[in-house]
Amino acid sequence: MFNVKQIRHDFPMLNTKMQNHPLVFLDNASTTFKPLSVVNAINQYYLHETSNSHRGDYDLCFHADQMLDKTRQVVADFIRADKNEIVFTSGASMSLNLVALGYAVNHLKKNDEILLTEAEHASNVLPWYKVSKLTGAKIRFIKLDKVGRLTLVNVKKAITSRTKIIAIAHVSNVLGYLSPMKEICQLAHQHKIIVACDGAQSVPHRPTNVKDLGVDFLSFSGHKMCGPTGIGILYGRYELLKQTDPVISGGGMNVDFDANTNVEYLDPPTRFEAGTLNLAGIYGLKASIEYLNKIGMKNIEQYEKELRAYAIRELKKINDIIIYNETAESGIITINKKQVFAQDEATFLNSQGIAVRSGQHCAKILNVFLKTPATLRISLYFYNTKQEIDTLIKALKKGDYLDAYFN
Amino acid sequence: MPISINNEMMRQIIMDHYQNPLHKKTPKKGYVSIHSKSENCIDDINVYLKLEKGIVKDCLWDGTACTISTASTDIMCELVINKNEKEARYIIDQYFKMIHEEKFDEEVLGEAIAFINTSKQAARIKCATIGFKALEDILNHKHGK
Repeated sequence: MFNVKQIRHDFPMLNTKMQNHPLVFLDNASTTFKPLSVVNAINQYYLHETSNSHRGDYDLCFHADQMLDKTRQVVADFIRADKNEIVFTSGASMSLNLVALGYAVNHLKKNDEILLTEAEHASNVLPWYKVSKLTGAKIRFIKLDKVGRLTLVNVKKAITSRTKIIAIAHVSNVLGYLSPMKEICQLAHQHKIIVACDGAQSVPHRPTNVKDLGVDFLSFSGHKMCGPTGIGILYGRYELLKQTDPVISGGGMNVDFDANTNVEYLDPPTRFEAGTLNLAGIYGLKASIEYLNKIGMKNIEQYEKELRAYAIRELKKINDIIIYNETAESGIITINKKQVFAQDEATFLNSQGIAVRSGQHCAKILNVFLKTPATLRISLYFYNTKQEIDTLIKALKKGDYLDAYFN
Repeated sequence: MPISINNEMMRQIIMDHYQNPLHKKTPKKGYVSIHSKSENCIDDINVYLKLEKGIVKDCLWDGTACTISTASTDIMCELVINKNEKEARYIIDQYFKMIHEEKFDEEVLGEAIAFINTSKQAARIKCATIGFKALEDILNHKHGK
């Protein structure tokens, strides 16, 4: 049984106050709070099990290696991949960069085409600009539909004989729409196109099955799914990982090298894990996935759907609220208050103890589409409640945002 | 805080300059300018300065900005026009002191006193200072486009 009241006891941050109000944290697309079990797992590493992996002959080191191996398996099971397809990175940004600079740079040539959407996060745009610069491949944008959604029809229209890579988010971080990823992958593969999926906003919120979706690469971050910062995952189909350059080389990723610059790399995934890994992060990530599994990803998805529906219903009752993504599937709700600058409203919400994000949310091209310089983004997670939505609604109804400075 | 000014008046000052900024104009020529963009707010402004023989003949700005940055930058223009460089720098210094809750000379800040509460909303300090910072940069370097 999903019991949000009980769940909330697991999160120490939920007892925090902000501006003398109980904190209402509605910025979960940005980062998420950690259950105590995750913090304890990190502490376990630092207080009792500190050692490096792959580097010693003593028990502590052996134990770290085991944890590394176990975590890789836990991650693999979580997204239905094979263990050797799971690469530890510092986060989704590094994962996306590894696909771009490790794989794409070595496979694309002049005038090949990379398809993106205007809704992509900077981390799924800028690495591709770099690829374009290095290879001469062209960046093209798949048209979004009227409400900003990525549709299969528009993907079909954008594909040409030169298209080599489609790099898109499973769930967009501003508009929160769920892309028809499985259908896109099927279509792409018919044309021998690689699909690099940004899963930062999807993996934490719904069950993920990479084999069913058919994605070639999937990137996501630990900290957006109750895990620590500084740890993330790149999933890649094994045969593609084998064709990916490590980009970062060093210790722990090579078999041998000599003075004549000959070097033999380890096989994936360790090929991509040069240097000392973020072991505390890995301990924490394992604990976070175990925590999510205990609650159940299906339950999380279902609960967030209900909470979203409730929030939309209440927001629609306020006259001067513009909702940009009423029909989105995820817990991301993007709004503005008429005549109030997004940042000004966000500051007012801060004064009421409510954390939301204002601005462009790192998707700087999207604002042209939305015809507004900035938006307010409310993003939910499974520990949020209807009462918190009520607090938000009450605050949004209040007229004067300058109260933040003068009350 | 001076006794003569209350919260309602400060609120009104900010709203007035937000809704009807007096110095939000793009000049044609004869100005040095600087572009300033905030990472944590949408603020994306240019500040234009016309200096003649060490006197600020005019100060303008344009761009996209929230209420706090619009009003504070507009008030800044008002404050420095017809001041000499040294006086302008002094105003900027006193403003920064106020924002950071240090002792400051309120005599020279005029309507800018409306931003005395900015530290209550620390995330907006950047908005309240973006124009002043830009002007300081122009005065320090006097280059720009």
